[in-house]
Amino acid sequence: MVCDLMNAGQSASFRKLFDEIGPVDSVGVEERVAKYTTRSIKKAAKLWGLKMAISMVDLTTLEGKDTPGKVASLCRKALRPHEDPGVPPVAAVCVYPSMVRHAKKHVGGTSVKVASVATAFPSGQAPLKTRLGEVRAAVADGADEIDMVINRGAFLEGEFAEVQDEISAVVEACGAATLKVILEVSELETYDNIRAASFLAMEVIREGDFIKTSTGKTSLNATLGNNQVMIEAIRDFYLDTGTAIAMKPAGGIRTAKQALTFLIAVKETLGDAWLNKSRYRFGASSVLNDLVRQIEKEKTGAYQAPYYFSEAAESY
Amino acid sequence: MTRLPITKTPKVYVGGAFIRSESARVFPLQDAAGNFFGNIPQCTRKDLRNAVEAAAKAGPGWAKRTAYNRGQILYRLAEMLEARRAELIGSLTMFGAVQADAARGVDAAVDRLIYYAGWADKYEQVLGSVNPVAAPYFNFTVTEPMGVIGVIAPDVPPLLGLISLVAPAIVSGNTVVALVSEKFPYPSILLGEMLATSDLPGGVVNLLTGFRKELVPTFATHTHLRAIVGAVGAADRKALELGAADSVKRTHFVDPDATDWLADTAQGLEAIRDTLEFKTTWHPVGA
Repeated sequence: MVCDLMNAGQSASFRKLFDEIGPVDSVGVEERVAKYTTRSIKKAAKLWGLKMAISMVDLTTLEGKDTPGKVASLCRKALRPHEDPGVPPVAAVCVYPSMVRHAKKHVGGTSVKVASVATAFPSGQAPLKTRLGEVRAAVADGADEIDMVINRGAFLEGEFAEVQDEISAVVEACGAATLKVILEVSELETYDNIRAASFLAMEVIREGDFIKTSTGKTSLNATLGNNQVMIEAIRDFYLDTGTAIAMKPAGGIRTAKQALTFLIAVKETLGDAWLNKSRYRFGASSVLNDLVRQIEKEKTGAYQAPYYFSEAAESY
Repeated sequence: MTRLPITKTPKVYVGGAFIRSESARVFPLQDAAGNFFGNIPQCTRKDLRNAVEAAAKAGPGWAKRTAYNRGQILYRLAEMLEARRAELIGSLTMFGAVQADAARGVDAAVDRLIYYAGWADKYEQVLGSVNPVAAPYFNFTVTEPMGVIGVIAPDVPPLLGLISLVAPAIVSGNTVVALVSEKFPYPSILLGEMLATSDLPGGVVNLLTGFRKELVPTFATHTHLRAIVGAVGAADRKALELGAADSVKRTHFVDPDATDWLADTAQGLEAIRDTLEFKTTWHPVGA
């Protein structure tokens, strides 16, 4: 564990936090999530799940080569993922701050929200003032939701107050916008740390704000295990405080089958109250094509070729 | 010291790996004397779907190889068969084939691979063309592989029939998902082991064992299969044609009863052409 690298002060602050929130049984988590993949969801239930998953997608493009044109086509796809009117629009489009105003032009006034990553995404390694400025600029341009990254350096140093103060500052900068706090689980190393970071974030964000697994920019992204640790943290926090925090796994979810498995995890851990787009989201892009493809398969009975559906944005 | 018998679990070759059916179903196979030989995977439509995904993934890389290299690899596959000739003959005689017929069949299968290996860098010259047009353009017709091809092999001969349908499809850069002989699946299991050691990239040829009546409907309707090449009877043929119509899929059939698989007439350039698309390009004549 990373404790080896820490000085006595750091490990003391971690130990204190772990004592407060309880440890994670990592073997138990792995065993639990392995069971989710054995559930058999067919026919009407599958169709319901596929449509639910589509309505939860934050359709994302986060690339240096993004252009207003690319964002425009992403927005059109977000509003109408498939020619079948029974397929709902996605929850939001997720773009870099400079693209917010372009996205807003296309989805403003619809059910599709504009989410923007901010706070020096994906590293977060910029002065706090710069990060807050980015958040305010994105909100001023019309972002309905802000995806921020936590200060992983401060977290691993054991400077929890600093982590929380920064999140609080971003909450304030968000104003009415919903906040999603990216823990970047791949840089937190252990399940215990993921649970700890989840609690630190949940203690300072508002009801309806999100905790989110990853930026999608590192090697390891959302896994069922990480998702499970975080939704169990959400459940425990809800039972303690009555505050319902939402969840967004991001990165690495590419197939409809994976998406359904994540929904099973939500259903069996948090219950039906979390099975909607205001409490659960998927940060993804290519999964949308596969979801639509599987809906078409359910309707026609024939397996579909991927090239019948639009190209996925290449991000994630 | 007496040794325990080492019995083999036959597994099918899909996506470069040896797999069991996702359904975990198997069917028992008896040898000619009626003794239990082994449990053969009873592949399902989901196995077919997975095999098509594997074939689609392998497709671009295989098509991008030079024709010369594809020929080399087919030749190498023939080498692998030749080296295990006795075992292949045994896999036919064990299930009732006469020794001399089995030997002829295996030799013909090897020769057929060599035949198509030779065509790899030659069919384009024969099938492509420079077309005369009444305007200042060069007009070319070139061929391209279609993509993922579904092959339904005849029950007999199990090995030669399968190779006669698969080899002309892959030589041009297509990838194949094949349903092998239902009655005599074991030679195809062995063929899978040879494919795996032949430099053929994983996923280019995917072999499924199982029941035709379960899999033919999915072969017919799967829109990702661009063509079906089948040695099937009238009923399966009708089902395949009807299902294929929805996705405008090409179908080519050979009559399994009327075909002399050993003869030279069972191979040819036409079989390669059956799984090609033709592209015609107009290019302005330069100064």
